[in-house]
Amino acid sequence: MIPLKFDYEVAESAQHAVELLGQHGDEAKLLAGGHSLLPIMKLRLAAPTVLIDIGRLNDLNYVREDGDKLAIGAMTRHTDVEHSDLVKSECGILAYTAGLVGDPQVRHRGTIGGSLAHGDAASDLPGVFLALDAEFKITGSGGDRTIAAADFFEDYLMTALAPDEILTEVRVPKLNGAGWSYRKFNRRAQDWAVVGVGAILERSNGSISSARIGFTNMASVPVRASATEQALSGASVDSIAEAAESAADGTSPSSDIAASSEFRQHLARVLTKRALDEALSR
Amino acid sequence: MRRIKVTVDGKTHEHEVEPRLLLIHYLREVLGIGGAHSGCDTSNCGACTILMNGESVKSCTVLAVQADGEDIMTVQGLAKNGEWHPVQTAFHEAHGLQCGYCTPGMIMATISLLKEKPNPSEEEIREGLEGNLCRCTGYENIVKAVKQAAGSPVS
Repeated sequence: MIPLKFDYEVAESAQHAVELLGQHGDEAKLLAGGHSLLPIMKLRLAAPTVLIDIGRLNDLNYVREDGDKLAIGAMTRHTDVEHSDLVKSECGILAYTAGLVGDPQVRHRGTIGGSLAHGDAASDLPGVFLALDAEFKITGSGGDRTIAAADFFEDYLMTALAPDEILTEVRVPKLNGAGWSYRKFNRRAQDWAVVGVGAILERSNGSISSARIGFTNMASVPVRASATEQALSGASVDSIAEAAESAADGTSPSSDIAASSEFRQHLARVLTKRALDEALSR
Repeated sequence: MRRIKVTVDGKTHEHEVEPRLLLIHYLREVLGIGGAHSGCDTSNCGACTILMNGESVKSCTVLAVQADGEDIMTVQGLAKNGEWHPVQTAFHEAHGLQCGYCTPGMIMATISLLKEKPNPSEEEIREGLEGNLCRCTGYENIVKAVKQAAGSPVS
């Protein structure tokens, strides 16, 4: 399988990439690690006429402390996030989930920014970034802007990125001892999650002060388990099982070859309970 | 067309290539390196795994232009002075292959795995080779081969 013909440009900086996007309009696509884009180009589901290679922008490959947050450059590869001591100690759920993306070969090329900008709610990271209340820094011709993860994902493979904008950095909170878990169900190694659940639990004096829960593949965008989060706010740790029963409330996941909508809702409830139990013990 | 300069198995090559040329096709059809196999062509099976700057990568999902200036190693570059690489020897001795189609990819993925985890547990071996499929289902001996190789120096 060979992609349709395209022109290839190498961006020298994020600003240069923005300029190139401005020149070529929405016929151009940014190429980061290429592990979401190239497969769909080979299947000819996508046929950009220009690829702008931002994969060589090494100044966008970093993990830094930024007060009570971690700042991660958009071109940081999954393998770098997975093995970063800083991410492992301050935001364990992100290091763990980055280590579940694809397989080792995919993680050696794929980038955090590329995965998010692709906007596939079936991939593991978007739901976790949503649960983390992450912020995304976007660079465009008018300068930088910051957007909440909750406002970034707009629809299936659609994000808030304008045609001449580039995602340059993600910021996640340090977890400061909060419990966390990511649980997913898939049928075979490498398969996309049928459903995935990322959970972060903050505790105080033996009760739960807040729960943040994000789903993988329960809608065309990553979504929160709002009813369960509300039920757990200020609740006893004994209320997890009951709260998880409402995990699928308000969702209408799709039916496909991997699972019916009803089975996805069942999985959401079961995996939410397991994730919360694990987060509590961590 | 775009001019690229790539080091493959220790030798530097320069070619004019179409941007859409995949690295696996560059290796096989331009350089004639048949040891890098093309399997599923959808980044699932791992037969096309090569090392890019020392890390395992699926060359069916990399453009040749993305390899410009990079260091590529294929299974054909492993032997030194007629001596097999320890991972090749381990696959031979532990009979870590049946039909052999997946073997180049398995060997390259194993070298990358052992660099990151020199003494992997059996679970870590199985997870570390998650991106490589053996349609003969010869996984038991492949895992044995990786265990045997883990006791050898890996460069």
